[in-house]
Amino acid sequence: MSEMLVLIDHSEDGPRKVSLQMLTKARELAEITGDTVAAVWFGPGAADAAATLGAYGAGKLYHWDSPDAYGYVTLPQVEALEYLIDTSEADTLLFASSNHVKDVASRLAIRMEAGVITDVSGIELAEDGRWVATKEVFGGDMITKSTFAEGKLSFLGVSSNAFPAEQSGGAAPELVAIDIELTEEAKAAQVVSVEKVAGADRPDIGEAAVVVAGGRGLGSEDGFQLMEQLADMIGAGVGASRAATDAGWYPHRYQIGQTGRTISPTLYLGSGISGAIQHRAGMQTSQNIVAINKDGEAPIFQIADFGVVGDLYKVVPKLVEELESRK
Amino acid sequence: MKVVVPVKRTPDTAGEKVIDADSLTVDREAGEAVLCPVNEFSIEEAVRLKEKHDAEVTVLVVGPEEAQSTVRKALSYGLDAGLQITDDAIAGSDSLGTARVIAAALESTEFDLVVFGGQSTDARTSLVPAAVAELLGLPSLTYTRYLEVDGETITVHREHEEGWDVVTASLPAVVSVVEAINEPRYPSFKGIMAAKSKPLETKSLADLGVDADEVGAGAASATMYEFAPRPPKEAGTVIEDDGSGLAAAQLADWLVEKKFV
Repeated sequence: MSEMLVLIDHSEDGPRKVSLQMLTKARELAEITGDTVAAVWFGPGAADAAATLGAYGAGKLYHWDSPDAYGYVTLPQVEALEYLIDTSEADTLLFASSNHVKDVASRLAIRMEAGVITDVSGIELAEDGRWVATKEVFGGDMITKSTFAEGKLSFLGVSSNAFPAEQSGGAAPELVAIDIELTEEAKAAQVVSVEKVAGADRPDIGEAAVVVAGGRGLGSEDGFQLMEQLADMIGAGVGASRAATDAGWYPHRYQIGQTGRTISPTLYLGSGISGAIQHRAGMQTSQNIVAINKDGEAPIFQIADFGVVGDLYKVVPKLVEELESRK
Repeated sequence: MKVVVPVKRTPDTAGEKVIDADSLTVDREAGEAVLCPVNEFSIEEAVRLKEKHDAEVTVLVVGPEEAQSTVRKALSYGLDAGLQITDDAIAGSDSLGTARVIAAALESTEFDLVVFGGQSTDARTSLVPAAVAELLGLPSLTYTRYLEVDGETITVHREHEEGWDVVTASLPAVVSVVEAINEPRYPSFKGIMAAKSKPLETKSLADLGVDADEVGAGAASATMYEFAPRPPKEAGTVIEDDGSGLAAAQLADWLVEKKFV
């Protein structure tokens, strides 16, 4: 029996959704293997989140409250995890497959000679006791299964919305505080300040259950006010195609596609997006796809679960009204 | 200052992607192979470092002989020299194995800054830049949307879900860039012609002092063993609006039925 570590990704408001999804999956796997699930929390806020983390499956909660955890780039978390893995019985680490956390896993994997698989949408236990991870490559065109070399520490980067988040009624976890002394190397890249962008209160498109996206068909940046209006009504994040970000209608950070973000929400709702392959590479793993486009021949309709051929400036305002009346 | 831009040869997103069933690696020659589109941003940033700091920029590629065209393409944007690491033993390396080769290649040359793309369009693991930094004991300033070099100090804005972190470090350092960082220019005709005669050095693993056992499929800590194309999607419901927007009512019904609202 060993420990399965789940690195909790969180904001100031508490654990991100993907963390609760990881805990739910870890709990399910631990029931098969007999492992304990231990959540790992860096920075302040662990005590406040403990009850929630326990309810989703954490039996133990390691926490390192030091501001150092996020005061320098990546390495403080690497060193804390290295300490934890060295001093615990852990042989598996689940982490959120988002950019900054992947960096932690990557550097830690080099340091500890571990195996790492990112963007995981399924985890099973093979007969020989190794983990088998499902992962989609080439922008979702190909679905693959991978496993770890024998005897390797296994780091699994879990995609947002790959697993449901379900409470199991678990009690508050045992809190275990850790304290480490950072090396000088870990302090080499200092975070001087954190800048938040407007709209950061809207869900991040990487983790949102619903994403509303707009493209070339919006015709101008004003169209994104309509997208935001629709998104705020249904609690969605707002994304854009590259045509729209390149035109300067919406910031690049919200671009969905091969050179931007990859998303897999439960619902994607695209307006004025034709669905070029470069865009599909960033969203075709969405569980449900809705498209509104003037051109009935647009490729987006080939992958749409529900499509409306029509003028988005007629359909979307009407949709907002309809949804308002159904509330 | 000396800058190295590692680039990747990836299958064209619009082309056919093939995984070879025997070697379980990407058949990079099956469809058209291109310079990874995210490298347009790292190359542009390097060109700007040339313009601003008179940087000397080397393009680095790990790949078979055919990857030479990828280096020439990168050079056509106005970069100075190419370095290609070619060795049959590299085939089948995982991200961490590839990082070992790149780190060894960087150790064989002089550099102040390494500028990666943020995430390749094929594997999209994003693991390589941080792994290279770890192997070299350098800061990994990844997902950068802005960078500025002042003497020995680099300042970057590292993009994240809520905005970005402003970070400072001393050179040498490893960065990766996101799309927001710049608007890439196209290569000029002059650049394309000049790229043909830019120096291009080729090195093997032995030249780098890397043991063939440390890389390749045999050394991979995680291996893909099964693959299948994404099953085609069942045709959904497509309705036509009559120009009044009334089709929205049906869409709203569908959203309610699926419990999205």
